[in-house]
Amino acid sequence: MKKATVFLLLISINLISLTFASARSKNEILIRNATVMTAAKGSLENTDILIQNGKIARIGKNLKAASNAQTIDATGKFVTPGIVDCHSHTMMDAVNEFSYSVTSMTRIRDVLNPTDIAIYRGLAGGVTAANLLHGSANAIGGQNSTVKFKYGKPVEDFVIADAPPGIKFALGENPKRTNFNPAPGQTPRYPRTRMGVMEVIRDAFVRARDYKKDWDDFRAKRTTVQPRRDLELEPLVEVIEGKRLVHAHGYRSDEHLNLMLLADEFGFKVATLQHALEAYKIAPEIAKRGTGASIFADSWSYKLEAYDSIPYNGYILWKNGVNVSINSDSNERMRRLNLDAAKMMKYGGVPEEESLKMITLNPAKQLGIDKRTGSLETGKDADIVIWTAHPFSVYARPEMTMIEGEVYFDRSRDLTRRAELQREREALEKLDVNRTPGSGGTPPARPSEHRQEDLDEADGGNR
Amino acid sequence: MKLRITNYELRIIKSVLNLCLSVFICGLISSAFAQSDGSQQNQTGKAGTFAITNARIVTVSGAVIENGTIIVSDGKIAAVGANVTVPGGAERIDAAGLSVYPGMIDAGTNMGLAEVGQGAPATIDVAETGDYNANAKAMLGVNPHSSHINVTRVNGITTVLSIPQGGIISGQAAVINLNGSTQNDMAVVPMFGLLVNFPRITLGGGGFNPFAQTAPIDFGEAVKRRDQRIEDLKKLFRDAENYAKAQDAYAKDKNLPAPAPDLKMAALAPYVRGERPIIFTAERERDIRNAAKFIADTKVKGIIFGGQEAWKVADDLKKNNIAVIYTNIYNLPVRDDDAYDYLFEAPAKMAQAGVKFCVSTGDSGAEVRDLPYHAGLAGAYGLSKDDALKSVTLYPAQILGIADRLGSIEQGKIANLVVSDGDILEPRTNVKYVFIGGRLIPLTSRHTELFESFKDRK
Repeated sequence: MKKATVFLLLISINLISLTFASARSKNEILIRNATVMTAAKGSLENTDILIQNGKIARIGKNLKAASNAQTIDATGKFVTPGIVDCHSHTMMDAVNEFSYSVTSMTRIRDVLNPTDIAIYRGLAGGVTAANLLHGSANAIGGQNSTVKFKYGKPVEDFVIADAPPGIKFALGENPKRTNFNPAPGQTPRYPRTRMGVMEVIRDAFVRARDYKKDWDDFRAKRTTVQPRRDLELEPLVEVIEGKRLVHAHGYRSDEHLNLMLLADEFGFKVATLQHALEAYKIAPEIAKRGTGASIFADSWSYKLEAYDSIPYNGYILWKNGVNVSINSDSNERMRRLNLDAAKMMKYGGVPEEESLKMITLNPAKQLGIDKRTGSLETGKDADIVIWTAHPFSVYARPEMTMIEGEVYFDRSRDLTRRAELQREREALEKLDVNRTPGSGGTPPARPSEHRQEDLDEADGGNR
Repeated sequence: MKLRITNYELRIIKSVLNLCLSVFICGLISSAFAQSDGSQQNQTGKAGTFAITNARIVTVSGAVIENGTIIVSDGKIAAVGANVTVPGGAERIDAAGLSVYPGMIDAGTNMGLAEVGQGAPATIDVAETGDYNANAKAMLGVNPHSSHINVTRVNGITTVLSIPQGGIISGQAAVINLNGSTQNDMAVVPMFGLLVNFPRITLGGGGFNPFAQTAPIDFGEAVKRRDQRIEDLKKLFRDAENYAKAQDAYAKDKNLPAPAPDLKMAALAPYVRGERPIIFTAERERDIRNAAKFIADTKVKGIIFGGQEAWKVADDLKKNNIAVIYTNIYNLPVRDDDAYDYLFEAPAKMAQAGVKFCVSTGDSGAEVRDLPYHAGLAGAYGLSKDDALKSVTLYPAQILGIADRLGSIEQGKIANLVVSDGDILEPRTNVKYVFIGGRLIPLTSRHTELFESFKDRK
């Protein structure tokens, strides 16, 4: 317990210093002389970006700023929009509510942990926003949170207030649970087959449609009896009404097509097919419905239903006019989504800007937050990454990441603080409460060492 | 007539039905794989004499030749240089604007031992049952027709170390070329090294899954348990040495009693005698330090596998001539207060400290094609571009003891070559030609086949 306190203390010291760093630069910042990759209107060389009150005020050459503005010389550097990760479980203290197959009443908002170190590591890889989703254990998982990575701020500042709400669905191996043996004495859960998964979803929507009718009748005064509120069905009514985005985990193309057919029947559109590693087999059907695809760049073979995944998936979908985003679904992979976007140029030949959009503007569109983020355009939030080299180069590194004009990652600052942190750590290790029995060295901080693996297990391999 | 079924008959019917079901499922799975076994699957490529001309040749061991020629003949590099005569009858490959690199080498994979991670356990042959399996040989488990092989080699990785994992002594790792219809065709060093998961402190407990909770173990107990395992390992090594001595003595003098054959002891013998290397998995400083001490005490030839904090143990490693196969570029730092780039910059720190190392994906197979980007990322965090390239070519060749045959472009070496349109470590670079053992490998894979099948579907 005492050790945990010391670790928390360490973290909170980090938070405080970060907050100080960012307070200064709120009003006006001028990024000078960069190659600006807008993800909307091409790449602009030797170009400045003027940021005022957290928004992009101007993009152009030789811009003037107020005399007290902070100026960042970005000569020789590249600037991109902040990366938007459309499938993430970062900063979540729970992933799946395993007990039922339909848990639409559960909310990610209730389990957000704003001190998760993975947030900072994501920022250091250029990620500024994420779609935090339930896991894929349940056919209908629960309500998402769309956040910006405002590490060091209170949790309510993370949530993008005007982002449309969403909900996680899941198809295939994970919801049918056949890869996971029930604990001794536990009854296998329904559904156990792909047939059952579809019926679970159909049943939920039939109930939601009836529930909506009850409320419609009541509101139209066809009945005087007010229906009892049903927190499971309310979000599904919002789906039917087009007010809540469906993010549907799945692999096999037949399953995703079946879900889209069911959505046709109930009169809604699936917002994104998540993973969708076989989406290339049904690209025209996806394009026709205006559904998005949020994919891994090139992961495959880690499970049977990922065996037909190909790295050309993104290219085929793009060529068919599908809005494609590349997600990480991982605290680790999140840090190198720029290289995943680069792979879209290699596999099939997606043009450079279209590849960049797959980790910026396209996911922002899929999440309904493209009015404020996802590209470098006047009037948008100043969610910006400064890179040492072209972001599609393996040798590139983010130098600075800002959200709404505030700096949340600054490599030079990070480097200068290391010696100080090291001294602090050594001092803490010498405290009696922290001395390890037995050999030298410090025992691992248990929660962090286990977190990623636990999420993986909880989500059936996390993907 | 009334149909009556006894319980016994019911059981028989049930078992027949079960059998039918499993036959059906097996059928489904095999048809899923049959789909992958298209006509192009792991084609072994065309042999002959080839001349790669007008090429920028990145030899790795020497200077870059800006405009040169490589002659490939009888599976070897017959000649390389700026002024090389092309023999008559050679097939010419004009590499103007292209670069030639030695094929990349990944010294830490389960290539060919694991096809589908989840949902098809019959395709997994990584870990044998039990703790001590010195006689398990990866070479006998590698599937030459795995679709991971064609996917990997078309990105320029031509040689890998395939290792068994699991237990304490997992078995013997094989160096293989990613070409061939049989295991023997692929073998470069069929029994290269012994994989030992070096005992470390494990605490148990933790976790969010309520079903997976185990009681946390007292730290002192965990230390004792680790130390006991190290002692057990030492004893096993001494037993193997004694076994080998008895065998030798009997070979010289048949009047002595013949030692009872023991496959596990016989398998251990060349390793405990230092004739072949032992690969110890170890990540944390204290574990690497302990492994280095163990290597020094037992006088074996040691390699560290994993090596997150190997740079902190540079002196011990250098003193005992221990190299590191580093597999942690795509991993998160373990501790919350580790620097965010702790594992990205470890190769640079090893280079600075003079530790012999190579960069590996540590991947089971499917993602081994990302090897160049692992090295490149180390390049983004302090490692020189020259060292980054060497860390996936010449350095692994040296660590695997095959630098006389592979790892650089030199006359007389095996012709494992990659022709690309740019820096081989960059994700935007395209591979144009691949040679393995002098054969021109078709640039087809499970992925290009599926791409061709669906790219124009309307």
